[in-house]
Amino acid sequence: MSVGAAKIPVRVAEVVEVNPLIKRFRFQRRDGGPMPVFSGGAHIVVDMDDHGTRRMNPYSLMSDPADTSGYEISVRRDEAGRGGSLFLHRHVTVGMEMVISSPINLFPLDARARRHLMIAGGIGITPFLSQIAALQAHGGQFELHYSARSRDFAAYADDLTARHGDKVRLYLDDQGQLINLNSLLQGQPLGTHLYVCGPKGMIGWVRQTAETLGWPLAAVHSEEFLAPPVGLPFQVQLAASGKTITVGPAQSLLEAIEAAGVTAPYLCRGGACGECETDVLGCDGQIAHNDHWLTDEQKAGDRQIMPCVSRFGGKTLILDR
Amino acid sequence: MGLEFNDETFRGDYTFRNSARAIARFPFPFHEDSYMYSVNMEPHLPGRPGSVFEHMFDVDEHYVAEMRDRALVLAEDPLRCQSLPHMTLAGWDLLELIMEAKARDYPQWFSLTKDGHQWHWINRPLQIEQTFTFLDDTTLPCGPMEYITRQTQGDFTLQDQRDDNLWIEAGMVTTQADWSLDFDIGMSFHEWHAPVPLAHEMRVFDRALKFLLNLQLGAPVRRFNWTMTVDPLLDTSPENYPKWGPSKTTMTAETIGHRQHLRVELQTLHRLPRSNAIVFPIRCYLIRFEELVTVPKWARRLHRVVRDIPDELATYKGFLRNKPLMLDYLSKYDDGAPTSPGFWAD
Amino acid sequence: MAASFPPSIPSRPVYGTLTARPGTAHLMVADGEGAAALTDMLARAQDAAGLLARSHIIYMPGPTGTDLWASLNALGAAQCHRSPSFAAALPRLQQVLSDAHMGLQIYVAGTEGLIGQVQREAMLAGLPWQAVQTEHRGSTVRRVQCVHCKGITENVRTDPFPCSHCGLNLFVRDHYSRRIAAFQGVNIDAEDPGQVPAAVVRFT
Repeated sequence: MSVGAAKIPVRVAEVVEVNPLIKRFRFQRRDGGPMPVFSGGAHIVVDMDDHGTRRMNPYSLMSDPADTSGYEISVRRDEAGRGGSLFLHRHVTVGMEMVISSPINLFPLDARARRHLMIAGGIGITPFLSQIAALQAHGGQFELHYSARSRDFAAYADDLTARHGDKVRLYLDDQGQLINLNSLLQGQPLGTHLYVCGPKGMIGWVRQTAETLGWPLAAVHSEEFLAPPVGLPFQVQLAASGKTITVGPAQSLLEAIEAAGVTAPYLCRGGACGECETDVLGCDGQIAHNDHWLTDEQKAGDRQIMPCVSRFGGKTLILDR
Repeated sequence: MGLEFNDETFRGDYTFRNSARAIARFPFPFHEDSYMYSVNMEPHLPGRPGSVFEHMFDVDEHYVAEMRDRALVLAEDPLRCQSLPHMTLAGWDLLELIMEAKARDYPQWFSLTKDGHQWHWINRPLQIEQTFTFLDDTTLPCGPMEYITRQTQGDFTLQDQRDDNLWIEAGMVTTQADWSLDFDIGMSFHEWHAPVPLAHEMRVFDRALKFLLNLQLGAPVRRFNWTMTVDPLLDTSPENYPKWGPSKTTMTAETIGHRQHLRVELQTLHRLPRSNAIVFPIRCYLIRFEELVTVPKWARRLHRVVRDIPDELATYKGFLRNKPLMLDYLSKYDDGAPTSPGFWAD
Repeated sequence: MAASFPPSIPSRPVYGTLTARPGTAHLMVADGEGAAALTDMLARAQDAAGLLARSHIIYMPGPTGTDLWASLNALGAAQCHRSPSFAAALPRLQQVLSDAHMGLQIYVAGTEGLIGQVQREAMLAGLPWQAVQTEHRGSTVRRVQCVHCKGITENVRTDPFPCSHCGLNLFVRDHYSRRIAAFQGVNIDAEDPGQVPAAVVRFT
């Protein structure tokens, strides 16, 4: 059972090339009304019609949660991806009408924290922008360590250092500047919470170091949207609807189910929240479980699948949809 | 006090009563002739006009009297309203949710005007007028959750979402069916519900939690819960159990129609914007048996539900002792005729 | 060895077995037989000497009189302190937590009352409570809060028992609050005043 809020019809109010890889998009409501207030770290799902292929990708909100005049997202162009970011970069222009979801937060600040220690890599800076704005409004201590490949690709770094001075430290790869993670993580007072957002490798490194230094899991938070990986096409039988569908190489299983006119519950569409969990009635082949939701036992058992990010290869896959 | 609101008491002389209108719109919780737990959540969309779910927060004839009773409970026991320090932002979210809903749905009684963060609130039934700065607690006489829930019917809990769980960390609880906010504050979802028999084995709470973790902004849900109470006493708290416990033993066949009440909780769940917390309003409606049996379908059905309910549930809901007396009374109104599905009166 | 409590309602705490974990500092608190849980853990630890060099041990005798201080004092920890009671140890515990950094590992062993109170202090200092390792050893006497007067009775042995503050006869529930670090006690003869079942020794 998935009870979704109404979608928000929007118009693109602004498209800004932040750097050669990143574009910022500003959305305003078509009816001129205020956007819903949201909590720092939230994301929206952007509904795209890419020349007949429907895409729905999650993007962190980077704008100030208290600014209800519009929402802003920053999108990094990903040549090797399924095409969502490419669509946004190449085809979305000012004035275009689109549809977005209400904000959902899978990366919130821990309200009990005495201090928020933030580590960002590249485009991973975006959720921290809305979180920092929220902390400014409601009170709260933070420190941001932001790593980028070079000054040109350190989106929003100038703005952050201008506004927050010492609380923001920038590390540029091309100048050999590395976060001294060991030292940073050993010097934090009890009650500090750690947040990391960026490439998979960086998240892994930060989590591993934190664990080695004795940080409890409950004090370490990360967000990494799994964009459904590109793969080979495959066929699926939808037992409950009596349909057989083909999932295209650049299409997720969930998107293919929806394209066949079958409703399936979903929320984050990124393998994290569990909402789209589907029973597997028959499987002769290999399910690629690309999600963060199912347990290792469940993944081994192949009795459930998360269609938003997972794929299949083999003879037969039968789902309860 | 106008004709719109009853002048009645929920203690002492117990002058509480339901008008014919209140009886007709009473949220009878049973849609069939038997009862078992379920994750019976549905969207909290505007419902049938005149019903208790027409508006997001229902204001009825008992409003003023209930708020007066709440004030008395809090004066006697301030621990009934608590907020862990990190939940103040959620309290502001709740204040905004309630003020906006009430000003929209009952403009004859409530108004809210905003000039940026300078807000002006008028509550005519309670004769309150307040200007304050949104998000600045120094401009309100007490914390935002306490401020607005002293003006809103029903109990409220605020739950912080973290570690794939919900944590009850603030609340205003003066009309509860026998649980202690002071004891439970800080508990996780399963821990807070620990004393409920049978439901854990049925995994009701596992599924409910999974559902609630995905609850979205702008998409509230509702469900019903129910129990029985002797006398129209709202404050059936464990704290005061030595005071109200004995009343169960003084019921007779002559007094049961007047004193025995069906107590229904309309529970709603809303995601809050700035705090990402969940607010859980628990709105309590009371009806005495002699009022309820004026609706033939409800009289028949309630008899059958009570007759067939497992003893474990009757014990947990606190009425096993008086179950025989209840059945004697209700059976007189059950001619065995079929009842229509659904909970609306025919 | 750690005694296992029978399976109960979800709010009844469940304890584990202490295991040495990587960390930048280690705080160990024990009462009564809990000292043996610490020495057992250290016996299993890969680098006990390294651990002890960064350890602060706080110990107090148990409610039934067990005193295993000598075994802990002999370990050679960087800091090792014997306190006559938890109340006396509390200011020290709060100071250590206030000075601590993330990376501190906390290990508590002994009675449920001690475990709950140390866990609470860690929570109040900002550490997630799940980070505190716990192991039950020794006495099962309980801290029980009277839901009516809010007073806590220490070292409860029987069920029902009279509240040491207001005198009401209370039955002992398994419903437990981490924040109060106590089980809940509810008036047993509210509906039939005076009808109190004979007290049974449930906790020793």
